[in-house]
Amino acid sequence: MAIKSPEDLKKIKDEALEEATARINDGTQIMVGMGTCGIAAGAREVMAAIMEEVGKRNLKIAISWTGCIGMCEQEVLVDVIRPGEKRITYGKVTPQVVPRIITEHVINGNIVEDYVVGKLD
Amino acid sequence: MQIYRGHVLVCAGTGCVASGSRNVQAEMEKQLEAFNLDKEIKLVETGCHGFCEMGPIVIVYPEGIFYCRVQPEDVKEIVEEHLLKGRPVKRLLFKNQITEEMVPHYKDIDFYKKQNRIVLGNCGFINPENIKEYIARDGYEALAKALTQMTPEQVIEEIKAAGLRGRGGGGFPTGLKWEFARKAPGDKKYVICNADEGDPGAFMDRSILEGDPHALIEGMAIAAYAIGSDEGYIYVRAEYPLAIKRLKIAIAQAHELGLLGEDIFGSGFNFKLNIKEGAGAFVCGEETALIASIEGRRGEPRVRPPFPANKGLWGKPSNVNNVETFANVPRIIARGSQWFASMGTEKSKGTKVFALTGKVKNTGLAEVTMGITLREIIYDIGGGIIDDKKYKAVQIGGPSGGCIPEELLDLPIDYDSLISAGAMMGSGGLVVMDEDTCMVELARFFLNFTQMESCGKCTPCREGTKIMLDILERITKGEGKEGDIELLQSLAETIKSTSLCGLGQTAPNPVLSTLRYFRDEYEAHIKDKRCPAGACTALASYRILEDKCIGCTSCARVCPAKAISGEVKKPHKIDPAKCIKCGACIETCKFNAIVKQ
Repeated sequence: MAIKSPEDLKKIKDEALEEATARINDGTQIMVGMGTCGIAAGAREVMAAIMEEVGKRNLKIAISWTGCIGMCEQEVLVDVIRPGEKRITYGKVTPQVVPRIITEHVINGNIVEDYVVGKLD
Repeated sequence: MQIYRGHVLVCAGTGCVASGSRNVQAEMEKQLEAFNLDKEIKLVETGCHGFCEMGPIVIVYPEGIFYCRVQPEDVKEIVEEHLLKGRPVKRLLFKNQITEEMVPHYKDIDFYKKQNRIVLGNCGFINPENIKEYIARDGYEALAKALTQMTPEQVIEEIKAAGLRGRGGGGFPTGLKWEFARKAPGDKKYVICNADEGDPGAFMDRSILEGDPHALIEGMAIAAYAIGSDEGYIYVRAEYPLAIKRLKIAIAQAHELGLLGEDIFGSGFNFKLNIKEGAGAFVCGEETALIASIEGRRGEPRVRPPFPANKGLWGKPSNVNNVETFANVPRIIARGSQWFASMGTEKSKGTKVFALTGKVKNTGLAEVTMGITLREIIYDIGGGIIDDKKYKAVQIGGPSGGCIPEELLDLPIDYDSLISAGAMMGSGGLVVMDEDTCMVELARFFLNFTQMESCGKCTPCREGTKIMLDILERITKGEGKEGDIELLQSLAETIKSTSLCGLGQTAPNPVLSTLRYFRDEYEAHIKDKRCPAGACTALASYRILEDKCIGCTSCARVCPAKAISGEVKKPHKIDPAKCIKCGACIETCKFNAIVKQ
């Protein structure tokens, strides 16, 4: 596509920004615990579900991952950090729960209390 | 749209490629596939991060974990431990040299902390071969703004108000230069980028070309609009193959998106860009020689005036700026002259990229705000002198510049303070020297370079530098005579004031500045036939200390000239007539019984 106006440039920029969200991001962050325990409990499937959901909804979110958080009993652990809000840790997350967390918490800001195992400032 | 949870950035700048980043990248691709992560993690090839000392460099986002000196053998561990399990590989993190602590994050490393990376902001962060990554970082917005909201005169005013000065050496106000070219009568005008980076040790322009080529293209397009030109040339040395390759890709991609070519942004403005590969002659960094070379003539300077702004390429009004200067332009137009002018000193605004090399712990590229002191650059960013030796001087501005001694380390750096200290900004090369460097030898080294690069057109430069070099060679060999210093000084002044171009006019600077600050070293060479730094081989002599030598015979065994003799368990002796001063004995002796004088 040829750019013919500043608006055209903006369109390409928005597309490009989505592809670069892992690097250029100041918004919401989702973090999955990917220690051995997390992976054993199904963290990779949860990660795949998150990526699918985020991709489907075209969200500009940084998806990252971390090692064992220590609450192995509660794996798979997923943290949602919205700018300026408390860091929420969800436990025993399955791929089925992912759409709920994304729509209710990530998009609308309502914490999915059923699965919360921790809140950090 | 493919979503990736992480990005792995592998540096593909020339420095990291030389230390093996291509193999690291190939292995990374293989391992990501092996662990089934290739759909989740994106591999991005980037330009130079400037911290070449630590290459190959790999950075993992979103966390921004910085891995250094990564080898192909390390890749599997990074993929399995970090990318899969989220545990950064500690042994590959950057280690703070003073506290010995591991520093995982890019932004926390001392080398980057004191920097102000504006021109280099995209280098090492984006994939230079993908125009969309540049656009994601606000790329081409400045061009859009200039073409759709500003008149050419307003663009020039904005650059003037920002106080941008040429980053290639002279420090001439860029906006003023543009105004001359704008006002010069002519139907066809040219914009030329001087990418003929020739100073030994300087590589900031190469890094920009390799790491953020679109910044240069955008800057040149804005300049073309400002002066009323529709065609540009990038004069880049053929020794920069990677830079040329990336430039070609960038120009093609910009054409494809309509950001180069006809009727850009629907404004009626046309601009096309050509690349001219130079053969790497230092003199072609001089603008009239550079223009001659583009025209297919011999790269020789001519008398100015007429300046290129009136009579440049093919006799048409032309504007020549350096790579770093152009790369500043989009940032100024996008963020405004006030933002730019708020950084720096009264007469030198913005930042400058320095290439830090020599006897300093962290070598690499550092972009700092004008007005920072040399001490901060060398000790805070550079980490101090290797092996904690004593600082002696820093050569600033390459072969055209001068040296700065210890007593001036707290001098705030800008164009004017450096000139008054007898040096110059030049392109920004910083060669740090410790107590073991001989300043006469240093002057000889740089003069040898300019003498060889002299094009030979004018007599003072061609003959004068040769005579100066002969004198310096004699002095370093211990054959200096009474009156040599005075002769050097008088030759230097004549060459400076009568040479045709900048090459000759600045060639004597290393001699003059070393004479200004280290005259005693010249005198020691000439009068006492002694090199205070112990660097000049011809003046050195080796001696065995009888009270320390235990007669282990190891020095006698390594001496290639069989110059050492003595009985076992008795002190040995060196025969000065046979000694070739190679230093092998000193390295072998475990008892510090051999000294070099």
